[in-house]
Amino acid sequence: MRERQAIRHRRRAREFEAFVAGAAGRLLHASTLLTAEPADDNPRARRLLTAALARTYADWDRLRGEDPYDRTRQELAARFARGAWHYRQHGGGVLERLTPQERLVLVLRLYEGVAEEQTAAQLGLPAERVRAICTRATAAMRSGPRAPAGPVRKVATP
Amino acid sequence: MSDRTQDEVRRMLETPHPPVPADLGTRAAERGARLLRRRVLARRLLWLLLALVAVAFAVWAALEQPWVVPPSEIAPPLEGW
Repeated sequence: MRERQAIRHRRRAREFEAFVAGAAGRLLHASTLLTAEPADDNPRARRLLTAALARTYADWDRLRGEDPYDRTRQELAARFARGAWHYRQHGGGVLERLTPQERLVLVLRLYEGVAEEQTAAQLGLPAERVRAICTRATAAMRSGPRAPAGPVRKVATP
Repeated sequence: MSDRTQDEVRRMLETPHPPVPADLGTRAAERGARLLRRRVLARRLLWLLLALVAVAFAVWAALEQPWVVPPSEIAPPLEGW
């Protein structure tokens, strides 16, 4: 019994490690987009991802064929949505002009390519609302000045 | 919203990926293992509680024997004297 448990534990640790090695880069980028932090200084994104990954690790034996990446992304989105008010203060990043909800929808829909209905189900919103938020966020992204690294300068365009 | 617009924003999101800290996976696994241990412990406690309740009920039933019909408190009518 003990030995079987140890074997299962080792297998889980090995599989999880391989999963993290492959997926952490993309997930951390998504997480950093959500928290609107600069890429080189993203403590909150790291914390968010570590917590989501820990949950995936705990659920590893019960995934039953479900993609661990999907599961982690779902947990990441849920955690971000629950604590969205923490992320009000903008620290930088590409999406700093958007609200946390707009960032969440934009990252899920455009960066991760999650279908509209699925995004709506995950966030507990009607699909039309998700589309509206996505449209608004996209418009805001295109209208504003493209934020370069460093202070944003307003450039008057003729 | 046109596809072109979406593609444009998609490109804006494709900034260079932040470096992944070397210990991210290890820390997540440790935290996940802790979560798992806590879950197992909670389940064990729940089973223990269930067993205790079952034992308590069995002891009570054995002592009290609620299935035995209590002796009638009404005296039978006196006849034949």
